Amino acid sequence: MKDLVDITAGRLSPGVLAENFGDAHPPLTPAQALVEADRCLFCYDAPCITACPTGIDIPSFIRKIGTGNLKGSATDILSANIMGGMCARVCPTEILCEQACVRNTYEDKAVQIGALQRRATDWLFDQGVQIFTRAPLTGKRVAVVGGGPAGLSAAHKLATLGHDVTVYEGRAKLGGLNEYGIAAYKTPHDFAQQEIDYILAIGGITVVTDWMLGRDGSLDDLAKGFDAVFLGLGLTGVNALNAPGEELPGVENAVDFIAKLRQTADLTGLPIGRRVVVIGGGNTAIDAATQAKRLGAEDVTLVYRRGVETMTATPVEQDWAQTNGVKIKHWAKPVKVEAVNGAASGITFEYTTLKGGAVTGTGETFTLAADQIFKAIGQTYAAPEFSGLALEKGRIQVDAERRTSLPKVWAGGDCVAGGQDLTVASVEDGKQAALSIHATLTA
Amino acid sequence: MADLRTNFAGIKSPNPFWLASAPPTDKAYNVIRAFQAGWGGVVWKTLGEDPPVVNVTSRYGAWHDGNRRVMGFNNIELITDRPLAINLREIKEVKRDWPDRALVVSLMVPCSEDSWKNILPLVEETGADGIELNFGCPHGMSERGMGAAVGQVPEYVEMVTRWCKQYTRMPVIVKLTPNISNILGPARAAKAGGADAVSLINTINSIMSVNLDKMAPEPVVDGKGTHGGYCGPAVKPIALNMVAEIARTLDTRGMPISGIGGITTWRDAAEFMALGSGSVQVCTAAMVYGFKIVEDMIDGLSNWMDSQGYATLDDFVGKAVPNVTDWQYLNINHDLKARINQDLCISCGRCHIVCEDTSHQAITKEKDGKRYFDVVDADCVGCNLCMIACPVPECITMEAVDTDRPYANWTTHPNNPMAKVAAE
Repeated sequence: MKDLVDITAGRLSPGVLAENFGDAHPPLTPAQALVEADRCLFCYDAPCITACPTGIDIPSFIRKIGTGNLKGSATDILSANIMGGMCARVCPTEILCEQACVRNTYEDKAVQIGALQRRATDWLFDQGVQIFTRAPLTGKRVAVVGGGPAGLSAAHKLATLGHDVTVYEGRAKLGGLNEYGIAAYKTPHDFAQQEIDYILAIGGITVVTDWMLGRDGSLDDLAKGFDAVFLGLGLTGVNALNAPGEELPGVENAVDFIAKLRQTADLTGLPIGRRVVVIGGGNTAIDAATQAKRLGAEDVTLVYRRGVETMTATPVEQDWAQTNGVKIKHWAKPVKVEAVNGAASGITFEYTTLKGGAVTGTGETFTLAADQIFKAIGQTYAAPEFSGLALEKGRIQVDAERRTSLPKVWAGGDCVAGGQDLTVASVEDGKQAALSIHATLTA
Repeated sequence: MADLRTNFAGIKSPNPFWLASAPPTDKAYNVIRAFQAGWGGVVWKTLGEDPPVVNVTSRYGAWHDGNRRVMGFNNIELITDRPLAINLREIKEVKRDWPDRALVVSLMVPCSEDSWKNILPLVEETGADGIELNFGCPHGMSERGMGAAVGQVPEYVEMVTRWCKQYTRMPVIVKLTPNISNILGPARAAKAGGADAVSLINTINSIMSVNLDKMAPEPVVDGKGTHGGYCGPAVKPIALNMVAEIARTLDTRGMPISGIGGITTWRDAAEFMALGSGSVQVCTAAMVYGFKIVEDMIDGLSNWMDSQGYATLDDFVGKAVPNVTDWQYLNINHDLKARINQDLCISCGRCHIVCEDTSHQAITKEKDGKRYFDVVDADCVGCNLCMIACPVPECITMEAVDTDRPYANWTTHPNNPMAKVAAE
């Protein structure tokens, strides 16, 4: 084991970094999009629509790409999912629309729905065409807490329905995980902010940043000052390893690393360990591990305490990490962070097995040398307690319309119980909540 | 948002997309589904005299491309096989419930004045917006002296049209058969008989394919087959030409035309309209994909019109007609050369071999000992063949070159023995 911890910036040249953090999956060319659109069978009651949390009319938007009606295509997408551009980039389509595509049964190869969705939405953003208009103003005012996918989706839908919206966001920029929590190469060229600009261009949405619920205002105040409140608070807590040494320098939350990377203008200045260990089995773990590798880490190992079948990262994500040289180890849990000179130098794991359905240590251990350790074992709901706001399994309880237990308060996105923790599901929550708020306010 | 409202020979519809008289419009159930999906109008499947005809099994044949898209389709169905009274009752109910949609009734009865005189008041009583005379059906009915058997004889077309104008106040649309040497004959006859409009084309006589195991034409009916009516995307060029001929010829010009023939997308419809069609009729595309395709037709046409600055259909209907001319008036001094975009070229060599084998030997195959395809301007006649054979869109384009020669055409060319102006 090395004596000196090796966490250094500038492991790779600016040119290589630019390539590593450019578009990981470049868009289809217009010619490729036409060939791919031609593969869509225009199914009746298409299974892909059912598989999309926002219910985009996929066969219609694809047919419109084929006929050259790109504006109509993008309109189909964005009227069901205002973040159709981001979802085209980050949706795990392999477990959603593309998994349901009947072409899988026929020839084991789905239509590339995500890539086609990007073709149509990119076209629209490039053209700068505004396809939404606001309904006559209702005079009603709605507060949206949280400027992530759920909050922005709710805000946009409410604004189109004629309500005035104020979005309160705790960070400096809107976007939530789209801006702070997704690997840079999935959404390069500041796409998250480009999409937000399009959303805000509808008008009627006031944005307040650096505003924290509890610190800068209470839920009671919002409920009194507005006709309705939507909570899109996200998950701001991070699970701990509960292993000795996790407070040592060199041990970091994966979400913080990902956010820092996204907000760093010059990646040559961002330090990364020579040997990196990531703990966790979800997409955050994959994003942290793969980006560490692409920043120039020599060895990156992702360790997950269970088997491949329970990893929440999809097989496509796992393949992606492995293609990037990340080593994935299953069936091991962290027991102790090792230290040299007061900083993390490695981490010891215990092999695990299933006993009576529970993950149990076998007693056998191994140690991985590590200059940097990223924790990616899940985020938690960590908002302050609100009197009368019922929780369920540690998150906000909502009904099918995304109403909470409090009158005038709706919620959606990762902060509500039963969520899928996907951008697309959050967008749907915001949309459904907005429709419910609208129905209530105009009743 | 462009205004798609249509007024075709006095028949109004919210958009120009009508379903043609065919299986999709055979009964109220289908027509209501079509209206719910957004179709602007329908031409009800052809009514005849009782007792109704009978149909055989099977009825349809098709030609698929390599991706199993239906490019051509044919059918040997006859007119409606339901009793007249049921159709009339349903037509009346549907028109009552959908007053903003165009509902035109297709008719085919024997070629006698009484037959037409008797059925017209029954149709008029339903409140339908108009009638379309089926002079085009090429199979079955024509053997009984109806359909194409009438449409192929201009005198009959004129006679029946005149009877209809005499016995009904409803607008009369005459549906023309393409199974004729010159479409202008029946078109002129329809006009002479007082028709308010024509619609074309009806289906084309065809044998879809031959089943080599059964040694019989498809669709096979108990070991035998017959010619059927051909339609679908493959017939569109034939239909466009016939529409254009009527739209540009002095004595038929200006007659409202409802364009029919392989229309599958808004773009197809726009082409028919540019050649003078005031409405369009669709059948095969609906029969292959369902009624929902009309959404893109409406949306796509509207978006395209917006992008072109056309506010209403009248702004572009017929706009391409002045540019359809006779060959003899084409500019003989216009010159094009093929251009190969080497960045897009995938080096398949098809441009070279088609030019080398079948045309003008104007595309070379190598450069510096390497596979490389380029155009020899001196030999290129600008025929488009390489561009058509090229599998990559936009890879081969045609570029106009300056010939330094003014417009000239065949009528004055020295090689023309019948030149109108003697060559100096």
